[in-house]
This record gives sequence, structure tokens and C-alpha cells, in this order.
Amino acid sequence: MIGDWWSYLTDPDNWDGRNGLWANIVEHVTYSGIAVGVALLIAFPLGLWIGHTGRGATLVVGTVNASRALPTFGLMVLLFILISPHFTGKTDLPYILPVEIVLLLLAVPPILSNTYAGLQSVDPAVRDAARGMGMTGGQVLRQVELPNAYPLIMSGLRSAALQVIATATVGAYIGLGGLGAPIYDATQQGPFQDTESSHLATGELLTGAFLVAALALLIDLVLATIQRYTTSRGITGRYRSSSDLVAPSEVAVRAAEGRTDLAPGGQQVAAL
Amino acid sequence: MIRFDAVTKRYPDGTVAVDELDLEAPSGRITVLVGPSGCGKTTSLRMINRMIDPTSGTIWLDGRATADVPPATLRRGIGYVIQHAGLFPHRTVLDNVTTVPGLLGHDRRTARTRAMELLERVGLEPRMASRYPAQLSGGQQQRVGVARALAADPPVMLMDEPFSAVDPVVREQLQNEFLRLQQDLHKTIVFVTHDIDEAIKLGDQVAVLAVGGHLAQLAAPAELLSRPASTFVAGFVGRDRGYRALGFTTGEVALQDEPTVRVGADVGDARRVARDEWVLVVDEGGAPQGWWLLSGDPGGRADHTVEAARLNLGGTLATAGGSLRSVLDAALSSPSGRGVVVDDDGRLLGTVTAAAVIDRIEALARDGRSGDTAAAGRP
Repeated sequence: MIGDWWSYLTDPDNWDGRNGLWANIVEHVTYSGIAVGVALLIAFPLGLWIGHTGRGATLVVGTVNASRALPTFGLMVLLFILISPHFTGKTDLPYILPVEIVLLLLAVPPILSNTYAGLQSVDPAVRDAARGMGMTGGQVLRQVELPNAYPLIMSGLRSAALQVIATATVGAYIGLGGLGAPIYDATQQGPFQDTESSHLATGELLTGAFLVAALALLIDLVLATIQRYTTSRGITGRYRSSSDLVAPSEVAVRAAEGRTDLAPGGQQVAAL
Repeated sequence: MIRFDAVTKRYPDGTVAVDELDLEAPSGRITVLVGPSGCGKTTSLRMINRMIDPTSGTIWLDGRATADVPPATLRRGIGYVIQHAGLFPHRTVLDNVTTVPGLLGHDRRTARTRAMELLERVGLEPRMASRYPAQLSGGQQQRVGVARALAADPPVMLMDEPFSAVDPVVREQLQNEFLRLQQDLHKTIVFVTHDIDEAIKLGDQVAVLAVGGHLAQLAAPAELLSRPASTFVAGFVGRDRGYRALGFTTGEVALQDEPTVRVGADVGDARRVARDEWVLVVDEGGAPQGWWLLSGDPGGRADHTVEAARLNLGGTLATAGGSLRSVLDAALSSPSGRGVVVDDDGRLLGTVTAAAVIDRIEALARDGRSGDTAAAGRP
């Protein structure tokens, strides 16, 4: 089985061409990117508004709860049936729209709820001080609430991206490409049997699944790296190393372990 | 000057937080609002910078009704310090301090230079400037909070229980430094606390508020202690009033000459000069070091010289010209019963007995001169 997967994955013929793996990856990234991008445009400002004003919090809770019960596949097929008769001529829209709508519905809740939660998590004393010093509502939002909510907002975006990339495979069922295509194609040919064509199908199926997982992890890694270098060190606790910031106990521990470097992400303790 | 003119805050549910409050906070002085929980002291403070809008009445700030000034503009001209400092976690100490100058569009470099000066003034080392709030102790955070409030040099400061979240030792340090800072800066300060001792220590005048937002008494600290206006104020001001009021009373008490010996002197010399069992020991500069008991230590060992290690250090020192409270305390705490009085440089002037201090206090009371106690220095 592993052999089937490896020989399919490493065969250059499977990568090139209109239905090759490269094309599948580009399609997959495109559909996912559009869905997450549009979701960000909707959910981020909405979450900021709800988090800043405190109004409409029930909307967030409702949306998140409802999204847990979203029947992705069924909804996509239903939308396809409803939408496709309204389009004539050569267009991909009857296929693309149902998929994008379903992915959008998946991506909005985590971004919305995390943006809202991020703003809510800002220390009330910090917000009070910001207002009391003469910041306007917009200044409080931009200069104080947003930077402090940023890690949670980013984690919402990452969770949305993961879900969308994993789910975008369903598009293949209604004929869209993407990394669902090799999986769907392979299941039609009967994998996991001891015939030559079946070995090929097994390899194709596993390759599709592997690439979806790899793509999701890669995107998450990229976003995590961006997050790491754009979050204030005052929030992450990754202060610039400087020996006088490290508590004596930690120095002792490090000396005992023969290390002089800081563990990645390790929190330094401020000397009082 | 800040003036409350029949200011009332009533919430929609009918709760009255502040009831027809008339109050004046004079320029350049510290006005402390004190009272139990629910007395409306924080509400009153927050109405000054319009964090809360009054239901009725007017608050005047240097002749201008605050309601006529847009909240953001008003607040940028008023320093604001709150209980847990409320520093911005994502900004360095320096960037925290330059927040208001930034909002006002001041020159960035000037603001940073001034911020560094302010940090030094509130007792923080320059290397703290690049740290983040999470790297600071509670006391350090509160110092940054004060520096941040002072950054744009506002004439008025509002302080809402700024020192109540730190331990007692740090609190006393911060209070003393705050008073020293105010001696230089002469800000108009409104200060909220629930701690009557803090109110008495810091306030030029103290407003005691009762539950429901009534002003129970507005007076200088000494007067509050000596003449509480009602049983509520008397109860709130608490015990030891008579003794604490001495902290605001100064008076000359006649000093006795006290025979002394140096550290390391012969015990025989000490025995010759001694007035009783106890001899006061001083250093070369004349600063008192402690008391030496001639009858020897409990272990019965005979000494030949007066050793610094075996001095009794129980007595407190009073400074001449200080309060009668500190003089009386020196006498009461001294093992010999004679309180040690020193000059401003810490050199011995003489000693005084508790009886002499009490005589002096009674003489002052007879003369009816307790009226000028209000002008006396702080403890």
C-alpha cells in the first residue's frame, strides 16, 4: 500500500497536465483562499464591532453553535441542485458557487468567534486606562484592543484555514478539481484490491489524502510563522534575551542542564 | 480648581451613587475621597473626566463646565491613574509613558526624552524603559502608571486607589515618593481610597463620603481626627484617633542632656557617666546607636568594652521639630524610658520622657492652641 502511494507520488507523469497533481493543488489553494479571504472580509469586521461594542454577542454564540451541526456535503449538493438551473452556457459558476458557499460557512464561525473572544479577553483595566487617557473609540480598538486580541484572531484564522483546506475536497463530487479529484477518482476505480489498476487507484487515493494533509500543515506553518513575528513580545513573553531578566532559579536550572540558550518560546521570569 | 456643583448620579434602576454632591478640590492640593464600598467615591472621580456622565449638576474644571468639553479632549488634559495601573501589555514601558503625548501629536523625540526623565523621577532605572509591563513587579507597574499620567504634564491628576494593589511596604514607599513628587509638581489631585490611614497621610483635605453618595465631612486630616462631624465619620476614622492626631501636632518639648559613651568605650567609663542602668551609646559623629545595659546581659557574662553587637536597639528616634506623635513614640519605645531626639542630620540633641511629652500635650490643649494643629507637618 505504501509502495503504491510512493510510486504514484514520485511518478512525474502524475504531476503534470490539465488534471495533474500540480493543477489539483493550484485549484485547491484557489478555492480555499477565496473562501477564507471572503470569510475574513465578513467575519473580521463583524467580530471587531461585536467585541468592541459588546452588542450582538448572542449572534456569535448562535453562529458558532449552528456551524457545528452544518451538514457540509448535503448542503453543497442541495445548493448545486438549486443553483445550477439558473446558469446557462459555458461557465463553472454552478460548480464553484455551492462549494465556496459551503466553505465560507465553515470559515466564518472560527474567525468571528475568535475575533470577538480576543477583544473580550482584553483586560478591562487596560481598556479603562486607554479611554481614560483620552483615546477615541477607534483609537482604543486600533491601538489597544487589536494588538492584544491579535494572537486569538490569528488562531481563529488558522483554524478556519485548516477546516477549509480539509473540507475543500468535497468539491470533486460535483466535478470541481482540487485535491479531492484524485481521491474521488480513485474511489470510483475500486482501490485496495490486488489488481494492477487497483494498485494504481490505491496510490492515487493515498496521494490525494497525503497532499491535503501536507497542504493544511504547510499553510498552518506559514500562518504560525507570520503570527510569531508580528505579535508584540510583551504579549508572547518572548522578551529579548538579557541575563538580568532571568530569575535566579531559571539560571540555576539552566546551569545544571549545561545550557546557555533559551528554550524556544520559553517564558522568562522578570526579576522583581 | 475642580468644583462639584450639586452633582447627582442616578442609575436607571434607581440606585443613587452620588447625591447632590458639592465639593471643591483646590488647585495644587491633594483632595482625597474616602469612604466605604458603595459610597460613590470612584463614581465621583470618574465623573470629573466624563468616564461617567452625571445625571444632574455641573462639574467645573478651572471655570469650564466639563460637559462642554468633548470627552477625549478633556481626558487628554487630565492625568489618570488606576488601581492595577492598566498598562498596555503590548507596549514597552517607554511607549506606555508616551501614549498621551502621542495622542496629542507632540514631537516624538521630545516626548521620549521627557518620558525617560519621568521614569527616573518615579524611581525607575533607565534600563526599565525597554521592558514590557509583564516583566515588572506590581510596584514598578504602578510607578510607570504614574509616569504615564504625568507625561503630557497635565495640571490635574485623578488617582483611583493607585496604591491599594501592592504590599504594605511598597505601598508606604510609593506614598512617600508620591508626596515628594507632589511637593515639586503642585498638581491638582483628586485621590480615591478606601483606606482612611492613606487618606490622612496623603490628603491636604479629606472628603469622607457615606453610602448613597452623601458628603459626610470635608476637612483637613487633623481636624477630621480631632473633630469628626458625625458618629459615621467618627466610626470610619476609627480607633487611636487621639494618638494619631498627635501626628499633626508639633511643639517644643524641653530636652534633657543625656550622658553618652562611644562604641568600644570602657565599661567602667560607662558606669561613671551613667544616670541609671542604661547608657546611651553614640558613634564618632554623635549619632545614637542604641542603649547599653550596665547590669550586664542575661547570660551574666562580664564585659570590658561597650560592644555594638550587644546594644539594645528598641528605641525609635524622633527628629526635633517633628510631630509630638514621633516624640512620644520615641519615649514609649525606649528601654530607658527616655526618648532620643536628634537633629536633621541624625546627631543627638537630648532625651525626653513620656511624662514631659504628655505635660506638653496637656499644656497645648489648655492653651486652646489645637486650632493651629492643622497647619502642622505630616507624620
